[in-house]
Amino acid sequence: MSHGTLSALVILFAAVFTNNVVLSNFLGLCSFLSVSRAVTSSIGLGMAVTFVMTTTAGLNWLVYHHVLVPLGLVYLRFAVFIIVIAAFVQFVEMALERLAPALYFALGIFLPLITVNCAVLGVALFMIIRQYSFLESVAYGLGGGVGFLVAITVLASLRWRIRKSKVPPALQGAGIAVIMSGIMALGFVGLSGLITIN
Amino acid sequence: MTSVLVAVGAVTAIGAVLAALLEMAGKLFADYGDVTVDVNAGSRTLTVEGGGHLLGTLREQGIFIPSACGGRGSCGACKLKVTEGGGPVLPTETPYLSATERADGVRISCQVKVRSDVAIWIPEEIFAIRSWKATLAAIRILRPGMVELRWELPAGERIRFKAGQYAQLKTARYGKVKEEVFRSYSISSSPRDERAVEFIIERVEGGICSTWVCDHLQVGDTAEISGPYGDFVLSDTDREMIMIAAASGMSPIKSILHALEEQGSTRKATFFFSARNMGELFHLDLMKRFEETLPGFAFVPTLTRPPEPDASWPGKTGRVPALIAEMIGDRVKDAEAYLCGGAGLIDGCTAALWAMGMPNERIFYDKFE
Repeated sequence: MSHGTLSALVILFAAVFTNNVVLSNFLGLCSFLSVSRAVTSSIGLGMAVTFVMTTTAGLNWLVYHHVLVPLGLVYLRFAVFIIVIAAFVQFVEMALERLAPALYFALGIFLPLITVNCAVLGVALFMIIRQYSFLESVAYGLGGGVGFLVAITVLASLRWRIRKSKVPPALQGAGIAVIMSGIMALGFVGLSGLITIN
Repeated sequence: MTSVLVAVGAVTAIGAVLAALLEMAGKLFADYGDVTVDVNAGSRTLTVEGGGHLLGTLREQGIFIPSACGGRGSCGACKLKVTEGGGPVLPTETPYLSATERADGVRISCQVKVRSDVAIWIPEEIFAIRSWKATLAAIRILRPGMVELRWELPAGERIRFKAGQYAQLKTARYGKVKEEVFRSYSISSSPRDERAVEFIIERVEGGICSTWVCDHLQVGDTAEISGPYGDFVLSDTDREMIMIAAASGMSPIKSILHALEEQGSTRKATFFFSARNMGELFHLDLMKRFEETLPGFAFVPTLTRPPEPDASWPGKTGRVPALIAEMIGDRVKDAEAYLCGGAGLIDGCTAALWAMGMPNERIFYDKFE
């Protein structure tokens, strides 16, 4: 196995477990908390995020290294990444609606939500800061997405299990979900010795 | 300087490429071609352009599904049964559908996209709903901020509605308002008057339609009107009637009173009209006329903000439920009620009527959202 593939694999695993975008970078919390009420919809959102993160990481890498760097417009990366993500999500939504209606009804309604999911932008920005190669960036996108999927599914399952527990009124809903996410994040810190990426 | 141009150029170019891509995708994916809509198991078959929402697609075909919000998915009124081709129920529809409705295939038609051939079922009376380009024949100012508009249908056209039903008015673009909106208004004129409809409209601060009506419309202007809609109608029993309204909620009640007058009805009816002060009252002469022509009718305006001591107010004061208890008393149990107005009035009065022993199925209301 070449060094490039190996490092891509390391990045993939690290992004899922030790550098989880939700639980160690605290990105994408809005949809993480609001769509985690039911396990089925959280899996739907997780899959949609995984797909968009993986593909936009690749797209944004190409745009960054082949358009922004040569033109000296690196400082415009925030705006450009957002435009690329928004347009791509729109495109995927249209294509899915026509070509894969079943998938559209499972993921389609979550796609517009993802446009404004900061975890997707976060992945694009981190891959630049960490100077990943194309392959590494795609692996990081995939890992980020899977990490989101794991985190949101676990949270949804936990929320389902405590649905009949007596939560103090002030903490019901988002309050207890934030506390549970915090405890989950602590758990994930335990994995951080496993692999480290910078 | 060049760096600014390069930056602007690059962002524009990226945006343009992406926009072109989306445009192509729209052409490629969003073109569904012609699809057929089967209405009521073959009683009508429509060929329509696919890709639009069911509500708008049917409207283009001259079938008007009642909708209070005009297709924004916020009222849930445009329900109809989709028996084939509707796809799964969307999360935007679930709040408006009960479990039985879902099992029955009922959908919110402004949310269902027509992607392939669909089969739908709609009640026969919907076919009676039509649309006209009506001309504004008169504007009556009832009091400051309250107008009554008379819209005449094109020559030879008639609208057949039941007293209490409503119609939709489509606003034109005006001033800074760039969108056309649909608003629902109860018809205030007599159902015998089939050549025109009248609406009582109150000015709402910042309201798109009421601002248009109050500030921009002139006699002779035209607008699209469709109707009749709604099941808030006069029953054909002989029960005593309790009518309750505030502000422009007088509209359907007035239409019902016209209908009673034309039937020569002797039904006992009391109309409680709630206003804050004397300045909010209107149509007093007309109500006086109804009291003379309808032997069983009494008009009871009531002021909820006590009038000034020096104002000569001979009438009632206080809230409607207390007046019902005082004036109708035990007869409430056998009466039926017609309520029209804002949520506060309706909810308060229906709760009171219910507590006084009126069964739910005899309480009819038209609540303004």
